[in-house]
Amino acid sequence: MAEFKHKHIIALRDLSKEDIELLISTAESMREINNRDIKKVPTLRGKTIINLFYEASTRTRTSFEIAGKRLSADTVNITTSSSSATKGETLSDTALNLLAMKPDIIVMRHSVSGSHYFLANKVNCSIINAGDGAHEHPSQGLLDMLTMKDRYGRLDGLKVAIVGDITHSRVARSNIQGLTKLGSSVFLAGPPTMLPPGVEKLGNVTVCSSMNEALQDADVVMMLRIQQERQGKTLMPNAREYSRYFGLNPNNIKLAKPNAIVMHPGPINRGVEMSSSTVDGEQSWILKQVENGVAVRMAMLYHVCGGEMGE
Amino acid sequence: MNLLIKNGRVIDPSQNIDDVLDVIVENGLVKEIGKGLKAPSGAEIIDATGKYVVPGLIDMHVHLRDPGLEYKEDIISGTKAAVVGGFTSVCCMPNTKPTIDNKAIASYIINKAKTEGFCNVFPVGSITYGLSGERMSEMGELMESGCVGVSDDGKPVNNSELMMRALQYAAGIGIMVISHAEELELVGEGTMNEGYTSTELGLKGIPRVAEDIATARETLLAEYTGSPIHIAHVSTKGAVRIIREAKARGVKVTCETAPHYFTLTDDAVRGYNTNAKMNPPLREADDVAAIKEGLRDGTIDAIATDHAPHHLDEKDVEFNVALNGIIGLETSLPLSLKLVDDGVLTLNQLVAAMSCQPSKILSLNRGALTTGAIADITLIDPSVEWVVEADKLASKSKNSPFLGWTMKGAAVVTVVGGKVVHRR
Repeated sequence: MAEFKHKHIIALRDLSKEDIELLISTAESMREINNRDIKKVPTLRGKTIINLFYEASTRTRTSFEIAGKRLSADTVNITTSSSSATKGETLSDTALNLLAMKPDIIVMRHSVSGSHYFLANKVNCSIINAGDGAHEHPSQGLLDMLTMKDRYGRLDGLKVAIVGDITHSRVARSNIQGLTKLGSSVFLAGPPTMLPPGVEKLGNVTVCSSMNEALQDADVVMMLRIQQERQGKTLMPNAREYSRYFGLNPNNIKLAKPNAIVMHPGPINRGVEMSSSTVDGEQSWILKQVENGVAVRMAMLYHVCGGEMGE
Repeated sequence: MNLLIKNGRVIDPSQNIDDVLDVIVENGLVKEIGKGLKAPSGAEIIDATGKYVVPGLIDMHVHLRDPGLEYKEDIISGTKAAVVGGFTSVCCMPNTKPTIDNKAIASYIINKAKTEGFCNVFPVGSITYGLSGERMSEMGELMESGCVGVSDDGKPVNNSELMMRALQYAAGIGIMVISHAEELELVGEGTMNEGYTSTELGLKGIPRVAEDIATARETLLAEYTGSPIHIAHVSTKGAVRIIREAKARGVKVTCETAPHYFTLTDDAVRGYNTNAKMNPPLREADDVAAIKEGLRDGTIDAIATDHAPHHLDEKDVEFNVALNGIIGLETSLPLSLKLVDDGVLTLNQLVAAMSCQPSKILSLNRGALTTGAIADITLIDPSVEWVVEADKLASKSKNSPFLGWTMKGAAVVTVVGGKVVHRR
């Protein structure tokens, strides 16, 4: 079995194709645990994991917590409302104080891109990125890839359309980094105000001039959440117009391959980026993504801890 | 103390001198330049063989942080860093606490520099009270107190009418307006240049057009009013083009750039390096090329550092939280000498950009080695190599993107008013 040499998982940009394949294949084997009656193995017994969330999250935080618990680690959650951040403590000081309590892994979400690299330079435990600014969200990227692999048995040669606010999306960046390393081609669509400069240089990425162009013959359609607070600001007129040009609906979904799957990192704005019928339709693999999230995060925790299966 | 600086390559663009000559300094003034001069009795003889002897370098854009922010830098440490870097004069920006918007603060700076500093300090007052961008400072009194220019450096004067009136008013009393040219709405919450690197790092970008638009406004206001304006820290290809075109039309515009803008691109931000975070931000390769071309063809008049000291606690934080700015006084000379090594500038052009032009733009009465001139002189060893190390910098702050770099060239002797204030 290949060896995972990274102490931290901060960005899929930093991982090789082999690293990513290993994480996905470990996640596939972890999935079996999640289907047992007693969903727990002793792999990370005695390990302490701190989930340090500077931004609100339901899905990701819960998923990391469950992943840790299923591997028998002790998990502690700190969210911004209960942290010292509101008292003006620096990230560095918070991290050093947490470190004094000897955690093995800190899983962090933070609004500033790159803050995990900053943290990794300060502490001696492992750092896992649960989302940093508009930079990366590696666990989401990995669970998305696992979901696509479930559907197609491969990632090589897939056409993946990603539609929405690419500029502000860490999900898009992690998917682009991971998918293009594993041989998929990525097609992006969104209002030009939401397409960052040079994004086509990130890998095998094509920037499309319309959503239809991106959807055409796609194997996977990934819709991004549109931030409601951007409405009426400078990036778009309003949700109604956005939905008209960049929303997925029963008509334009037909442009994709007949059995294409539809994905969304959640939470969904029903009726904005996706019509309810596409969220709940047969092609929707959105809940499968959430299910895979636990397995992927188990694999991440397992590998940064040295990757020895004690079972 | 009298001096005989022997056998150096004297370069004085103000007199078109570039020759191996001796320089005699007496009573704080340049007494004579010539070949085979005899030392006056009691004069120290400095052997300058193989060295450049140039009019003292002038950095027209520094932040000394004094008064109010002395934990970052003060007039003593800042002027020490200046003379180590070969500068005999610095112009300090008004974003101190309190702001340099009144005679008391200007006088405090001038007096402290005279009694405790190592080089000349010329304060720059604010265009508007408290840098508020709302009403004009008493520019007349600021000028009488010794300010050599006015600027709201750190931010633009957003209100175009106020900026136009400030240009007219300043021209009337004969003080230069220095503009920090940025369109703030376009800067937004950006933290680095908007481009491929910001896309990859997921950092909010500052588009180059933010600087271009503001530069265009400033040149148009200067053209309309017939008043002079100086544009600080030019960083974009577009701004260079706009200034070049304005100059061709006869607009009284001058400008400066900083060594980091012709040395680094936004690639330096990779790794979320907060020592590569400044405003305006590091740009791209074509901007760097345009800055060099602007220096070469004279569009860019001066090299200034925008020396911006910040405490480690203000830089050793998440990228978005880190303050803008880097120190520059001790690395400016070797980074600029590299332009000569690379064939971008002649030595004469370099000395003009680092001494004669800043003096001329701000009427400092420096930047020349003519007989009777104040003896501000820098001796440069162009070949000495040294490594930038934090604990060896004279500046209180260590926020430099060049830490660990090997530099070529250094000031070996710095003379201010006839007095040797630095020897390497």
